[in-house]
Amino acid sequence: MSLLNVSKLTRNFGGLTAVFEASLHIDKGELIGLIGPNGAGKTTLFNVLTGVYPPSSGTIELTIDDKTTSLGGKAPHRICAAGVGRTFQNIRLFKDLTVLENVMIALQQNVPYNLFASLLHIPPYGASERRIREESQELLDLMGLGRKSDELARNLSYGEQRHLEIARALATRPSLLLLDEPAAGMNPAETAELTGLIAQLRRDFGLTVLLIEHDMSLVMKICERIYVLDHGIVIASGTPSEVRNNPKVIEAYLGEEAPSA
Amino acid sequence: MSKFKSIGLRALPFIVSYVVVLALMNLGVINDYIFSIIVTICVNIILAASLNLVTGFTGQFSLGHAGFMAVGAYTCALICIYLGPVIGDVPAFLLGMLAGATAAALIGALVGLPTLRLRGDYLAIATLGMAEIIRVIMLNLPITNGAAGLSGIPQVVDWNWAFLFTALTLIVLWNYIRSSQGRRAIAVREDEIAAEAIGVNTTATKVQAFTIGAFFAGIGGGLYASYFFLIKPDQFGFLRSIDILVIVVLGGLGSLSGTVIAAILLAIVSMLLAQFSDIRMIIYSLVLVLIMIFRPGGLMGSKEITDTVFGKVFRRGRSDKTEEAAA
Repeated sequence: MSLLNVSKLTRNFGGLTAVFEASLHIDKGELIGLIGPNGAGKTTLFNVLTGVYPPSSGTIELTIDDKTTSLGGKAPHRICAAGVGRTFQNIRLFKDLTVLENVMIALQQNVPYNLFASLLHIPPYGASERRIREESQELLDLMGLGRKSDELARNLSYGEQRHLEIARALATRPSLLLLDEPAAGMNPAETAELTGLIAQLRRDFGLTVLLIEHDMSLVMKICERIYVLDHGIVIASGTPSEVRNNPKVIEAYLGEEAPSA
Repeated sequence: MSKFKSIGLRALPFIVSYVVVLALMNLGVINDYIFSIIVTICVNIILAASLNLVTGFTGQFSLGHAGFMAVGAYTCALICIYLGPVIGDVPAFLLGMLAGATAAALIGALVGLPTLRLRGDYLAIATLGMAEIIRVIMLNLPITNGAAGLSGIPQVVDWNWAFLFTALTLIVLWNYIRSSQGRRAIAVREDEIAAEAIGVNTTATKVQAFTIGAFFAGIGGGLYASYFFLIKPDQFGFLRSIDILVIVVLGGLGSLSGTVIAAILLAIVSMLLAQFSDIRMIIYSLVLVLIMIFRPGGLMGSKEITDTVFGKVFRRGRSDKTEEAAA
């Protein structure tokens, strides 16, 4: 069953085409990898998918429970509400807020109370706050950050900050989770742990995951299908073994073979 | 039980300051001059706290707070002057406060919608221009009596009213910051792109904070008009906005208790310097420079007084920290 359908998506910056007619198709429950050399346009693609930049052309369609919504050109918060959560390559936490508050802000979109309750702290303020707090704490426990909830986000280790970003993205209750280099800067042990965690989250939350990653051991191990992007163009897609042996992919990463004399 | 205790602790500084001022007034220690300074402090606290919501908590640099103050002041003054004799001074004053604050909030929302798409310096200049427009309108409308301003506003404000409105402003702003809406505002300050990505409508959040800030600036203006019973357009110029901003920055962006402390401190400094009128502004400026050198984040940084040693003394022996934070 189709969840995300991206068709001929293009994004230009002035004269530079960062993404050119990229088409992706993701089914519900899949774990898809997006790889490519540096500067291939992977993060730009994420940014267009999540509304940071509007697409120059092309369509993005998200289908949840047989309801299809077009995401192209929508504001990021609407795309988030539609069910797309994300993390950032260069971690973007609210560094001066506590770990718990980081998650609470993301979670409260689903447990709203009106402005008057906020200003006067009248019901349903207390009950809603408690619920937001409890659910946020549960998410943190799940991500192994339960005991750090009162610390400032800036004081977490690098790996913990990445975990917190995932917890925050999960708090928005996404159907599709976009992870931008979740294992960047992690050591092999941490990466292995993260791999297990992603698999677990997928099971527990019924998530569909699209992840950008340079760590090939992670990508090849857990992704069911892989898209390869080079110079903004999708040059290959398929199972890990198909992609690994695709001459175009090898060329993109290692360069062309010198013509034999 | 613990919830009531925590409300009690939070009410303590309010009760103490109310009773102390009242007692000193009855003992004759506070004369009319000192009382006018106390009202000025109250007005400054209201204005600076509401600007802190916009600049300190939501991260939107506004230089137009005097404009909203002017709207509140003129609206309240006009209602007091024209309706006072009909419905009585106190009801007219209360109606004026409500109308003035609402008018300021409406203008805040109206101005905020287009300008809050701007950032940093651009927003500062846009809000500065907005405040100037309001001032020039007040200068030219027949009903506001031009440069001479409005005089003979019934003086309703006494310590009770000044205290009531200051306390209300602080409590409501404090509540807002500790609510889901307030956290959204702080998220916008921290990182706009991340906030958007987790579902925060940043434009709506900014406009909301800006509107609430304008509402309380209107309250501050109304209080000012009613106590000083004479208002002129040049009281609401650029310098007023800067004065308010100085209090906010000095107290600490993102600290309500810092704002209160800075407002009181600056009023005292300014009062003590009144006798050296020649070099007054030099010393005043020097104090500001020195504080910013030694406390670059403002007196309180982004911390509240309850986060400091002082607050810990109060909290000692409390076992459930989380419940305290939730209450």
